[in-house]
Amino acid sequence: MEDAGFILGSYLLTFVTVGLFAWRTIRSGRKLADQIPDEDKYWL
Amino acid sequence: MTTIDPARTELQPSEAPSPRRSTGTRVTRAIGIGCLTAMGWLVAFGLGFSPADRDQKESVRILYVHVPTIWLAYLAFVVTAVSSGLYLFTKKRSLGWDRVAGASAEIGVAFVAVTLAVGSMWGRLTWGVFWQWDARLTTTALLFVTYIGYLAVRRLGGSHQQRAKRSAVLGMIAVIEIPLVHFSVKMWRSLHQEATVANLDGDTKMDGIMLFSLFVGVIAFTFLYVWLMLHRTRAMAMEDMLEDRGLDDALVARRAEAAAQQNGAR
Repeated sequence: MEDAGFILGSYLLTFVTVGLFAWRTIRSGRKLADQIPDEDKYWL
Repeated sequence: MTTIDPARTELQPSEAPSPRRSTGTRVTRAIGIGCLTAMGWLVAFGLGFSPADRDQKESVRILYVHVPTIWLAYLAFVVTAVSSGLYLFTKKRSLGWDRVAGASAEIGVAFVAVTLAVGSMWGRLTWGVFWQWDARLTTTALLFVTYIGYLAVRRLGGSHQQRAKRSAVLGMIAVIEIPLVHFSVKMWRSLHQEATVANLDGDTKMDGIMLFSLFVGVIAFTFLYVWLMLHRTRAMAMEDMLEDRGLDDALVARRAEAAAQQNGAR
């Protein structure tokens, strides 16, 4: 594949960025969920 | 006959169930699996099955992530504006709408960041430069900075209602930038190509498998958007609850302190 570095790099950058965002979202959710009783979690 | 000791029926602190450490449910897990599957398809079609373009050659593969991320960012900012309107113009003034607006803006900003980063790589291959102060690129950068500002305004402090009101006004104004970004290629002379799919004449001008790869990208990032929205709004609800609880505790402590001072003065 011509210009593979840029093309693969763009996919890698995308997945790393959204992956980090998703990981941060889940981690903060877990930390907060530890301090809140289950009856206050409307999604349960 | 055995008698039950009432003291034994109550859960002791060590036996009480610990809170569930997650913002996930069966629905979010299903959406997450759908997202991962669609991302796998995106890699397979975007990097493998889809052919190279006649003019852009292999660099067209970058567009299967570049275009869906900006479309989903547009959607995210429209959701922010609509939720802001629902917060401002409904009697109840529910903070739930404010949290939807805030979560959607955060995700939109992340998607615009991806669009700008991978777009600059596409620009390097197609135009020979990473960046040009072209109308489309400049307005997209402006959109990014505006929503960074929106997120900063959300963190200014004050009560939840104050935060919601001021950010709702900004969220409804900022959305005006989206048509400016989208039609910038028509309004000004631009280096950036015009819309191939989302154009007004309805002609997509794309090969079937290329269009399908783009469609897979849109599906993958839509799943991701919904999944992130569900998790983030739940986390934001808990942040608000903890802030309220902290405020309540501080008020109780302050009242106790004032009462102690009064008693001391007598």
